[in-house]
Amino acid sequence: MQVEGPNGAGKTSLLRIIAGFARADEGQICFEGQDISRDYDTFAESLLFIGHKTGVNQQLTAYENVLYWLQVHGYGADEEEIYTLLGQLGLVGLEDVPVRTLSAGQQRRVALVRLWLNKARLWILDEPFTALDKKGVALLQQQFESHLANGGAILLTTHQDLTTQFSSLKTLALEYRH
Amino acid sequence: MKVEHSYWHLFVAVYRKDVTLAFRQRAEIVNPLLFFLIVISLFPLAIGPEPALLGRMAAGIIWVAALLSTMLGLDKLFRDDYADGSLEQMIASPYPMSLSVLAKVAAHWTITGLPMVLMAPLFALLMNLDSQALGATILTLLIGTPLLSFIGAIGAALTVGLQKGGILMSLLVLPLYIPVLIFATSAIDTASMSVAYGGQLAILGAMLAVAIVTAPIAISSALRVSVS
Amino acid sequence: MWKWLHPYAKAERAYQLCNTLLPYFVTVTAVCIAVGWIWGLAFAPADYQQKDSYRIIFIHVPSAILSMGAYSSMAIAAIVALVWQIRNAELAVIAIAPVGAAMTAIALITGAAWGKPMWGAWWVWDARLTSELILLFLYFGVLSLYHAFEDKKSGGRAACILAIVGVINLPIIHFSVEWWNTLHQGSTITKFDTSAIDSSMLWPLLINILGFAAFVGALSLVRLKNEILQVEKHRPWVRQLVSRG
Repeated sequence: MQVEGPNGAGKTSLLRIIAGFARADEGQICFEGQDISRDYDTFAESLLFIGHKTGVNQQLTAYENVLYWLQVHGYGADEEEIYTLLGQLGLVGLEDVPVRTLSAGQQRRVALVRLWLNKARLWILDEPFTALDKKGVALLQQQFESHLANGGAILLTTHQDLTTQFSSLKTLALEYRH
Repeated sequence: MKVEHSYWHLFVAVYRKDVTLAFRQRAEIVNPLLFFLIVISLFPLAIGPEPALLGRMAAGIIWVAALLSTMLGLDKLFRDDYADGSLEQMIASPYPMSLSVLAKVAAHWTITGLPMVLMAPLFALLMNLDSQALGATILTLLIGTPLLSFIGAIGAALTVGLQKGGILMSLLVLPLYIPVLIFATSAIDTASMSVAYGGQLAILGAMLAVAIVTAPIAISSALRVSVS
Repeated sequence: MWKWLHPYAKAERAYQLCNTLLPYFVTVTAVCIAVGWIWGLAFAPADYQQKDSYRIIFIHVPSAILSMGAYSSMAIAAIVALVWQIRNAELAVIAIAPVGAAMTAIALITGAAWGKPMWGAWWVWDARLTSELILLFLYFGVLSLYHAFEDKKSGGRAACILAIVGVINLPIIHFSVEWWNTLHQGSTITKFDTSAIDSSMLWPLLINILGFAAFVGALSLVRLKNEILQVEKHRPWVRQLVSRG
């Protein structure tokens, strides 16, 4: 599901409300028939959220960042697996330098490693393709496909045209209202 | 990719991250301590160096300095996590947020409170405190500084989203510090008169127990407000 | 509780409720303060020790009591706001806070004015004065936190959390200050024993307290009405209200 609309239409706000960070003025958010505010921690188990601010610490290294994220989300960490994945995403040799020395695209990749390392069913991604090069975009779309094939759902905002790759794509267009 | 829920692992992960970060930028540990030391050394210069006078005022001076230097580190407690989105990830984690918060406060205390406790003998020496009062100073700092971290973290969480939250935070937090100040200094005073000061310590301990249970709840709801 | 509160979660209903209640509060304020002050200032007997200067009690004590009362009602509103997520209760917190702060300030100023002839100093670190001063700081905290937020919705919720944290701490602060004071107390201060007050002075005092309470209520209601209108200014019912004049 792709949310689109002009700048300021409220795409990010909508995503943040659905992820449970902000509260809607009216209405409620339900996941699998349950109001998420009732039992947020259970909902969080099925949720993977990557926003504009990706949650990657600038002082820590790429490896430490991934490890920390895994621990905080209750996943067991496997050192080899993390290094392999970082390598696949083109971060060979950069795993152990502080993230602040990496380029914007590389930093984004450090955040996106999570997409390969989770069991969440619902992914909420705010502009995941920002700052990525062509190869990065292709990798990401590949991972989207395998997530969907496993019965997962993705809710994202992007200005990329995804209609050709994903047949099951639904679009929600938000309009700008003053 | 196996899922293993363990509150202890989460606590350690969050705690370790903050302490690691602090050790990478040593200024974060050293600066509040230096500030503490400088504030304390200002007092003899301002009120005169007579040992008897200093000895009488030592408890108050040490504790006021401790309050102020705790405030220094508080501003940074959640600021980086807020700026880089880690707080959102913390909310979106399946663990109760209070637990991550508890770990962060514990880390803050390790970085700012614990060094003050360890330095206490030096301050006592500078301020001409006698040996009975030294024990009380160390004990009150040991029980009192975690309290300062807990109460202060509430203020930090409320103001983290604001551009210039630092001064506002002091305004919110300092009035709440008053009971800690009163009981801690009174314990030291009592000790220097060679009277038992267990009562004051017990009250401080009780306040700490209440803070450990309730403060994380307040802090996490404040953080949710700041993030939204 | 929810069923009872629910209708008032709607801004329009809350506004109407304010309108219905306001006249009663205004009447009680006018009657009680007029009667209380005239009785207290002109007819109640002079104190045998303090002569006429004790008469400031008729302003000092009500405002001191109401400064605490306003804080508790603010905290109750804050709890309602956070637990049932009612926006109007948040607005009530913001509406009550400055009124309570003003009461605290009045209590402090009249206390100082009373202290000058009685204790010979404008300010003494008496336990009640000190707690009152800290209470003022807590009010300032809630207000400045609210006004520091650009997003008033977040600001309101932050202020609510702080109000609740404050109300939990208030007894501890009060107790610690009291205890600190007995430890350090000199012999300068003579406290009144409130139960020993003569009924000829007690009655006007009680009437004044009631009047001040209604006064605080009335001011808060007016402020709450304004806050509701501010928040809802683009809603049709407010537009109708404005066009009706």
